[in-house]
Amino acid sequence: MNVGLPHFLTVSAILFSLGLFGVMSRRNAVGILMGVELMLNAANINFVAFSRYVEHSINGQMMAAFVIVLAAAEAAVALAIVLAMYRNFGTVHADSVQSLKR
Amino acid sequence: MELNLNIPSWSDLRFWLPEAILCITFLVALLGDLVVRGRRTWVPFAVSVAGLITAGAYAVAAMNHGLDAGQFQGHTIMGSLMIVDGMAGFFRLLFIFASLVTVLFAWTSEEIMGKRRENKGEFYALTVLLTAAMMVMAEARDLLMLFLSMEAVGLISYVMAGYMRTSLRSSEASLKYVLFGAVSSAIMLYGMSLLYGMTGAMEFDGIRNALISGTVDPFALLVVVVLILAGMSYKIAAVPFHYWCPDVYEGAPTPVSAIFSVGPKAAGFALMIRFFYTTFAAGTDAGTQLVQDINWPLLVAVMSVATMTYGNLVALRQTNVKRMLAYSSIAHVGYLLMGFVLLSSAGLASILFYLLVYTLMNLGAFFYVVAINNHLKSEELSDYVGIGFRAPWAGAMMVIFLASLTGVPPFAGFVGKFYLFTAVLDKQWFWLAIVAALNSVVSLYYYFKVVRAMFLSTPAEGTDMSPLKLHWLQYVVLAMLAIPTLALGLFFEEFKGLADMAIGMMGG
Repeated sequence: MNVGLPHFLTVSAILFSLGLFGVMSRRNAVGILMGVELMLNAANINFVAFSRYVEHSINGQMMAAFVIVLAAAEAAVALAIVLAMYRNFGTVHADSVQSLKR
Repeated sequence: MELNLNIPSWSDLRFWLPEAILCITFLVALLGDLVVRGRRTWVPFAVSVAGLITAGAYAVAAMNHGLDAGQFQGHTIMGSLMIVDGMAGFFRLLFIFASLVTVLFAWTSEEIMGKRRENKGEFYALTVLLTAAMMVMAEARDLLMLFLSMEAVGLISYVMAGYMRTSLRSSEASLKYVLFGAVSSAIMLYGMSLLYGMTGAMEFDGIRNALISGTVDPFALLVVVVLILAGMSYKIAAVPFHYWCPDVYEGAPTPVSAIFSVGPKAAGFALMIRFFYTTFAAGTDAGTQLVQDINWPLLVAVMSVATMTYGNLVALRQTNVKRMLAYSSIAHVGYLLMGFVLLSSAGLASILFYLLVYTLMNLGAFFYVVAINNHLKSEELSDYVGIGFRAPWAGAMMVIFLASLTGVPPFAGFVGKFYLFTAVLDKQWFWLAIVAALNSVVSLYYYFKVVRAMFLSTPAEGTDMSPLKLHWLQYVVLAMLAIPTLALGLFFEEFKGLADMAIGMMGG
């Protein structure tokens, strides 16, 4: 079997949907962040695949490298915030944090 | 495989001086703060103010130079990643001004500095870095830079929202901000990856060339536009991506809410203007056809109406002034989106002008809340009863800001709205203008609820009516915002001309 562009796009679409589902179904803030990582990686697969099959240059791969770095930075900031929240509220469940007015 | 690397030349960087100065200022302020170990809190403050003023001077000089030369079509930086043109110059000045007044006002805020002024100066360093990141947002002309700058602004904002680490409200605000922000930027990135696949280009003009060559399926393009618009609407807090906005503005320290309500929003609009205007090549026949094919005007008009109506209706029943201002800022995004409906240069120029006016009046309103919060430790409307007479000058300036936000002549807000309305009326979008006008009437009610509490309500027996002592710097900054709010309402021609030029001088 020849692996072509559609295969990559299918994998990335599945990954994106799984990530989105995780984001919407998780109560745990860390779980939501894991869903986000899946979504970012789905986009990365797209970038690398298009870079190989459509543009024939390394622009897409460069983008993927930057996204990986940014995802790490975002995870660092987000986990620090989750930690601060755990200290204040004693929980990491996003929906039980409700001190602000509805 | 062809290597298509753009090796940047150092000589490009001289057009990027303001941003470079701000990055250095950030480092100096942060390290200086560590060296003095929080004993002399004025060090990061003074460094930030000096850095912002120097960067501002360079930005003004660059703008003047560009205007004198009669054209400011832009210098690309780092290959084709960024461009400094008339529009970038306009937003540079706007961001530096907004950050400068915020830094000055934060110096007097107890939320930022702590009761005994024991807090360190990270706030100033972060505000300076946020300014640099927002300026890059206005300059990005490549998908890579677009994403990087948006994420940079996002990451700094998440930290700033949680600035009061031990406060429940502040940490909740930053959690909501980071979760919504991460999800929407991931959605946008996925849309960008599909756009890259459809067009095979990263630069905006490359994308435009591919789009107007007519090989792109309109439906697929619509899906991509919706995904990308989702990420950008989150930045500007447009319905249906506004959920974070009221909670973040209420929970974050008030000076931080003030800069959030203008800075990242204006940067988001700058990004949207450059991205959609450049890629859809409005003005060319193929571009106009494309805009019609994906029903862009209807999409944005519906978003605009939903945003302004939601913001205004929910603001009606707020009892907390800060939260009310958050909903009012959502409503203003709705008005601003009106200029986007037709992607015409007249509409975009009126967005720029309104952003200028909005920065002045909205920062002013938020700063008044900061000043009062220092004394009352509250933002509840019921505690504002009689407050106008306890600090009459500041109260009078708050009335100016609120009247301008409503859009009452002769204040600047009226002129700004007038231009937005004309932009849609010119193209026969009557229903949109009528809905917007009705919305302005609704907003009158809740803005004047604050004025009524401040000046007209009778305080209960035994209420403390002693005069409030505001810091002199607070009066200076409020006047820096109130006087232009008045002046722009009367002498607007020149600044409207500047906005027109900024759009006219947008390099592709």
